[in-house]
This record gives sequence, C-alpha cells and structure tokens, in this order.
Amino acid sequence: MTMASMARKYEARKVTPKEERQATSAMIASLAAEGYDTVSAPFGQALVQAAKADERIVGLTADLGKYTDLHILGNEMPDRFYQMGMAEQILMSAAAGMAREGFIPFATTYAVFASRRAYDFIAMAIAEENLPVKICCALPGLTTGYGPSHQATEDLAIFRGLPNMTIIDPCCADDIMGMVPAMIAHNGPVYSRLLRGKVPSVLTRHKPDYKFELGKAQMIREGKDALVISTGFMTMRALDAAEQLAKDNVDVAVLHCPTIKPLDVETIVAEASKGGRLVITAENHTKVGGLGEAVAGALLTNGVAPKFRMIGLPDEFLEAGALPTLHDMYGLSVSKVVEQIKGWL
Amino acid sequence: MTVDDRAPARSNVSLARRAWNIRRKALQMGEVQGQGYIGQALGIADVLAASYFHALDYRADEPEWEGRDRFLLSIGHYAIALYAVLMEAGILPEEELETYGMDDSRMPMSGMASYTPGMEITGGSLGHGLGIAVGMAMGLKRKKNPAFIYNLMSDGELGEGSTWEAAMSGAHHKLDNLICLVDFNDQQADGKSTEMLCSEPLGDKWSAFGWFTQRVDGNDLDAVVAAMDAARNSDHNGPRVIIFDTTMCKGVPFLEQREITHFVRVDADEWGKALDVLEEGKPA
Repeated sequence: MTMASMARKYEARKVTPKEERQATSAMIASLAAEGYDTVSAPFGQALVQAAKADERIVGLTADLGKYTDLHILGNEMPDRFYQMGMAEQILMSAAAGMAREGFIPFATTYAVFASRRAYDFIAMAIAEENLPVKICCALPGLTTGYGPSHQATEDLAIFRGLPNMTIIDPCCADDIMGMVPAMIAHNGPVYSRLLRGKVPSVLTRHKPDYKFELGKAQMIREGKDALVISTGFMTMRALDAAEQLAKDNVDVAVLHCPTIKPLDVETIVAEASKGGRLVITAENHTKVGGLGEAVAGALLTNGVAPKFRMIGLPDEFLEAGALPTLHDMYGLSVSKVVEQIKGWL
Repeated sequence: MTVDDRAPARSNVSLARRAWNIRRKALQMGEVQGQGYIGQALGIADVLAASYFHALDYRADEPEWEGRDRFLLSIGHYAIALYAVLMEAGILPEEELETYGMDDSRMPMSGMASYTPGMEITGGSLGHGLGIAVGMAMGLKRKKNPAFIYNLMSDGELGEGSTWEAAMSGAHHKLDNLICLVDFNDQQADGKSTEMLCSEPLGDKWSAFGWFTQRVDGNDLDAVVAAMDAARNSDHNGPRVIIFDTTMCKGVPFLEQREITHFVRVDADEWGKALDVLEEGKPA
C-alpha cells in the first residue's frame, strides 16, 4: 500500500523513463478536473461579487493571496485587500480586530498553517468571541504531493472541537460560489476549505438544480444498495464511482454533506435509516475526528446502526509524490472507491 | 480634540488620588478572594490612572460608544487592576466589588470581553492583545474614526512571537492610531523576565521595528502623563510604544519588600494590614 519512501533515505533510486513520469508540482495549483467543466478562481470571483455589494467585506492573507485566489479581490478592489505577510498569528488576530470594528474579514492561508500554527489565535481571538471572521484555506487534506508540511489531513478534526466554529468542506466550484454568500449571511466564525485555480463544476452536472445550503446535506443521487455520505471533493469521487458501479448493477446513493459542523443530523439519520443499505462515509481527511466519526456518532446516538464503513486517510503522516499516485495509494481515487465499495457489499 | 477637552480629564480629583483609589479597590478585591494578582495591580495603578483620567476619551454610561478610545487588556490576569479602574471611572458599579471572582460575577479572575462592560477583548492567552489592536487600528482607519487603540501588555508577553509579528505589522501598516503600553515589572511565572527570556535592549528593539518609543518610570505620574501625551501627539508616521518600568506591589512597602514573585502571596490577615498601610499614604 505504501511506497515507504520516507523510510528508504539511503536507498538509491532509478530514474523513471520520461514518458512515464508524474510531476508533483503540477498538482498544487488545482485539483485535476477529471472530465468536468471548470470555473476559474470561483472563490475570488464570488468574493469580489459579494464585496461590491457589502462594504463590510475585507480580505486578508498571509503571503498566499495568489494561492488562495484572494488576489482576485486584491486586483479588483485593492482598497479592500490587506497583505499581512508570512505571519499567520497576526493574520488571525488582525482579522479578529477588524471584525470587532464591524467588518467581515476573509482571512486566507493554507489549511495546515491555519489549523496548526494559528490555532490559539483562531480559538481565543475569533471563536471564543464568536466574531464573523471567515477563514478560507487552500490545500485541504491530500491535495498536494509536498508531504505533511503542506497536507492538512487533520484540519477538520482540529476545528470540530472548537465551539462556535462552522466548518465547510466544499466539493467543487458550485459549492464554493454558493458558500461565500452563505458564510457572509452567517453571523459567526467559519472555517472553510478551498479549492483554487481551475476548479471543476461537479454538483450541478449531476443535479442541475443543486444549490449550496449552509448546514444542509443533500441527496445528489439515489441508490438502493449503498449510501455514500461524502464531503469535499470526495463527493466528486463518490459520484464518479457510483456511475462506474451502476454498470455492474450496483446501485449507490450519494448524500453530499459539505457542512461538517453543524452536521445535518436529521437528513443523515433519515437517509441512513432507509432500508438496509450499506452506509459509507467518504472524506479527504484522516478517519480520526472527521466526517466519518461525526456521522457514526450521530447515527449511534439516534439509535441507527447500519453496516458502516469509512473511506478516508489513514492515521499517518502521508508520503510525498504525485497526487494521482497518492490518491490511489490512500484509497481516494475513483477506482479505489469502487474497489472498496465492491469489497464491502 | 485636545487632551483637556476629554470629559474624564476635567475632574478635579488628582491623578495621584485616582491611582490610590485604584490600589485600594484592588486590595479590597484581593481580600474578597484571599488571592489575586495584587502585585501587578499595585504596580500598574499609576499607568491606569493616567490612561483613564488623562489620556482616554470614553463615556462611562456608554462603554461601546463608537467614538471611544479602545483600551485592550492583553494580560488577562491583570483583570483585578482593570476592574478597579473601571469602577473608579464609573463603567462598572462599585457595589459589585465584592462579587470579584465569585460565581456569576461580571468580574471573573481573568479578563473576558463577554463578561465585563469596558473589557474590550479576552486576554489571558498571552501575546494576543497587540495583534487584535493592529486589526482594530486598521478597522478604525477604514472607518475614518479618529479614536486611538491602547494595548496594555506585560513584559512576559515580549517572549511570544506573535507580539513581534504584530509589532512589525503595526509599523508596516503605519498605524499612528495605535499606542502600546508595556508594563515592565521584570516578573513572570518562573522568575525575573530578564532571566527567563531577555527582551533587552527593549527600547532599541521597538525603535528598530519602526515604533515611536519612550521608556519611563511607570510609578512617576508626571512622567507617565508626559509620555502619554507625547505618544498621542507625536507626528511619527507609525505606532507608538511606552515602556513603563514599574515596581510590583507599589504603595504597600511591606509587600514591595517581600521576595517578589509573579503571584504575590498575601496571608489572610495581611490584606487589612495592607489597606491600613495604604491609608497612611492617602493623597489629597
């Protein structure tokens, strides 16, 4: 299952022939579109649109404007953009201060830096005060091959423990463009994961009338054999896997759950209670403390105990490498999702 | 607006008397709980008197008045001192003094914005105040609000990296509406601050970071007032800091002489004695 590259430091490697090489670097910009239409910088676009209508909105970043699509706001409305430098603690503290003065700050960085380095500032200056700071973070979970320094595999677990915090893991450009106004309308702190650059438009292709609703899980696809409850881009993987499984007469439903907290317990319990389906959670996050455990807890405390499995990352620091390789290795690719579901049915 | 126009400054009660009143209230609160960060409260009383009865503009009956100067207490455990000055200023009712630290009190042991009128932020996780102050100063500038932000921090907080992120940021964003007050009593939890993680030469550090820097005796009221005025009136195109060298337990000699620690131990029978000693030095 693993290349175990980190444990083979002194072992010489052979050079792969040119035509077989997979590059790491190409993967940090955006998630490969995988056959879907893409939208360019949906977060930046949605934010500019919102900022034009609402003077309270400002954007702050810690030297990652270009890598969180906040530069779109910086370019179009430079007066609303604050470059805070490579300093995540002041990024969050200053955002808290601006919120205290009546603004709605969007603070952007990478998910690893928000969740690990700036946590105390998010907890005490923002969440404890219930201030409307919107923390939007690129490189969620396993969306880069750079290794653990950039792979935020535990960010959802960290923020789930934080009172007052609303947490969103969007699937695609449709979710991102819908969540920006929803975050502004919500009077409190929000942590959202971001996909940036050219972002696929997935949900409206499978369900043309799909609209993001904060706090709501939505059925994207019906099916009688298994129910996948998924979040983030794993909903895209689940939908693609369901299409493949349908060819083998395996009928898979997909319930998309972009709001991790507060969890839409009502919908999840109702769907998981329907007729003996295998229930599977799927997330781009460690299986510790993410969607899977949240769903399991919600089901058990509501007296629902279906056959239950989790798709997610292992409790490990992940390897570096090319993203498709890593997604295969850690079970997030479409083919691995198909394989896992078939194995469990 | 000139300094003399500010309502709280128009009172004919002397600053020395205000500082004495602050010390007295802090000791009374300490007596209620039998504990408290009394050493710090007694040490910072002069700076608080000069802040609330000379420098700051505010409305006692309207703590969230938009035009107020914001006073942030980064050091949550100095709450006992801030409650004393908030009562002295009429922002908190003196009748609640004996609720200090009790269940359901508006004056918990560590300062929190959600509990107490006049408490602008939740301090206590140290190294937070100055960063929030930077954001608030940016916000005031966006709103074209001419008010000032004051952030009171301790010398121990100089060890936190976030303090220096905020210091760099305040200068980078040219926040001339930001005044940082550093209480340099050279004490922190494990001993003398300069022996834990030395921040000296401190004035040079702030100056190098782009701040208009002053360092004065924080228990010399005339010097404190002059520094407060200079900080406010300087034409420096950036933030301002005043380092106040203070004496822990100032005003109660037998406590001043005690082996000084971060958390001064005061025996049950000594609170009354401290109040008696303070009474002897009551100013006009």
